[in-house]
Amino acid sequence: MRLVVDLNRCQGYAQCAFLAPDVFAMHGEESLLYNPHAEEAQREQVLRAATACPVQAILVEDTDEAPATMGEGLSGVR
Amino acid sequence: MSGDGALERLRREGRIVIVGASLAGLRAAETLRKEGFTGSLTLIGDEPHEPYDRPPLSKQVLLGHASADRTELPRRHGLDAQWRLGVAAAGLDMAAGRVRLDDGDEVEYDRLLITTGVRARPWPHPAEAELDGVFVLRTRDDAARLQRRLAASPRRVLVIGAGFTGSEIASACRERGLPVTVAERGAAPLVGALGGVIGQVAAELQRAHGVDLRCGIMVTGLEGDSAGRLRRAHLSDGTSIDTDVAVVSLGATRNTEWLAGSGLGAGPRGIACDAGCRAFDVRGIVTDDIFVAGDVARSPHALFGYQFLSLEHWGNAVAQAATAAHNMISSSSERRPHLWVPAFWSSQFGVNIKSVGVPSLGEEVIVAQGSLADHRFTGVYGYQGRVIAAVSFDQTKWLEFYQRQIESGAPFPPEYSSVDRRTEGLRPVPADFPDPSLPTHGPTVTVSGYSPTDQRITFTPGRG
Repeated sequence: MRLVVDLNRCQGYAQCAFLAPDVFAMHGEESLLYNPHAEEAQREQVLRAATACPVQAILVEDTDEAPATMGEGLSGVR
Repeated sequence: MSGDGALERLRREGRIVIVGASLAGLRAAETLRKEGFTGSLTLIGDEPHEPYDRPPLSKQVLLGHASADRTELPRRHGLDAQWRLGVAAAGLDMAAGRVRLDDGDEVEYDRLLITTGVRARPWPHPAEAELDGVFVLRTRDDAARLQRRLAASPRRVLVIGAGFTGSEIASACRERGLPVTVAERGAAPLVGALGGVIGQVAAELQRAHGVDLRCGIMVTGLEGDSAGRLRRAHLSDGTSIDTDVAVVSLGATRNTEWLAGSGLGAGPRGIACDAGCRAFDVRGIVTDDIFVAGDVARSPHALFGYQFLSLEHWGNAVAQAATAAHNMISSSSERRPHLWVPAFWSSQFGVNIKSVGVPSLGEEVIVAQGSLADHRFTGVYGYQGRVIAAVSFDQTKWLEFYQRQIESGAPFPPEYSSVDRRTEGLRPVPADFPDPSLPTHGPTVTVSGYSPTDQRITFTPGRG
C-alpha cells in the first residue's frame, strides 16, 4: 500500500512510529523516515497511524481507487 | 473562451493536457476531477514510471530502508486519465493548441498545464560525466543505481556540492559507514539556502559525523582508469582524492527546452506565470489557456515584494498544482492566487531541518530560540524590518508561529521575548548570504486567512 507523509506538516509527535513501527521510524530527535510502500499486512496499523497523527500529515492510498489497472507500458487508460 | 456557456462546456467535455507526470501533475489531475471536470484528461511524462515521490530517494532509499522503485505516490481520486508515460513533450504550438511528443504524436488541448519540473544539472564535462562511478540523483532510476553502488562498499564517496541533496547523500553515506568527502564551492554547506551563519552549523554537523568537508573548493576534474572507471578527483587547491564514486549535486536545470520557439515565456529560469498560474508569452502577455505549476514555474509572490519566486519545494508543487487546476476550470472571478508560504524540510545527520518563508531574502538572522552550539535552534531572518523567514534545527514546533509572523509582516527583530532565548540570540547578525538579492522598496503586503479559499491580500502603504 502506498503512502506519503507531508513532512512540512509533520511535527515529530511520533504517534505513527508507536502505532506502525515497521513502517514509520524516528531518525534522530525529530526526523521521520517511513517506507512509502508498506506491506499489505501493515494496512491496519498504517491506517491507525494516519488517523492518530495529530497534524494529519499521513496520506494513504484509498483502496477503492488503487490504480491496479494502470498499464506497465508506455501508455494506459484507467 | 467567452461566457459561462463556454466554461461549462470546458468543464464537461473539454480537453486538458498535463505535461509532466510527477507530484504537481498528479495533484493537479486529482484536483481537476475533484472539482468536477469530466472532460478528457491526458498526462504526459518523460519517465516510464507513474508519478512517484522524490524526497525519499536521497534518504530512506539510499539508507536501504525503502526501495527506489516503490515510492509511487498514493492516489486520492480516480483519475480516468489517458497516460502517456515514457514519452517527452517535444514542442508546443500555442496557436493550434497542440503539444508535440518526441515520438511524433500530437495531442490537442483546450487547457494545458505545464509541470515539467527540473532535472539534475549534469557534470559539465561530458566525457568525465560518462565515467563509471559518476552519478547524479534526481530520478528513481538514479537512486536505484546509486543505492546499488553504495551497497557495494566503495572505498570513498565524493559528493560535489553541499546543497540539501548533496548533504543528505553525504549523511546517508556516513550512516552506511562509508568514507565521504564533500567538496563545496561556497564557504559552508547550505550557504545558498540558509546563509553563512546557519551554514557553519551545517558544517559542524558534517564534520561531527566524520565527513571530510572541504569548503571554498571546486572539483576541477574527474579522472578515470583505462576501463572508464572513476578513480580520482582533482581539486582547485591542487590536491586530489582517490575515489570510485562521485555524486554530482550541483542543483537543477529547468525542463523548458521543449518550449523553445513556441512563443511561451520559458527559459533557463523557468516559465514565468502570474499569481493565478497562467503562463506569460514572450511578449509579457498572460495566456488564458496555458498554466504552470511546480518547480518549473516562476511566479510573483505578494508577501515577498511581488518578486518572482521559483521554488523547488515539495509543498510548493502540491499547493501550486491545486491552485492551477482550480483556476484552469474557473471563471476569472473565482480564480485564486498562489499565496503559499514557502516551506521545506531536510533530514540529515540525524537533524530535522525545516524552514518557512524565503531565507535567502534575509539580511539579518537572529537565533530566537535554542543555541547554534547545541545544533538545536530556531533562526529568524529579517528583511527591511520584517520577519521574512525562519529555519529550525530540531525545533519544528516553533515554525508555525513564525509562519504567522511572516504572513502578518511582523517587525524584525522580534519585539517579544521568547521561550529559551539565549544570550547569543539577543542581537541580529548579518545572515551572510553569498549573493544577497537586492531589495526593492515598494508597498508591503500581508496575507491573512488560513485556507486558500479565504486568503486575502491587504495592501499596506510603503514605509518610505
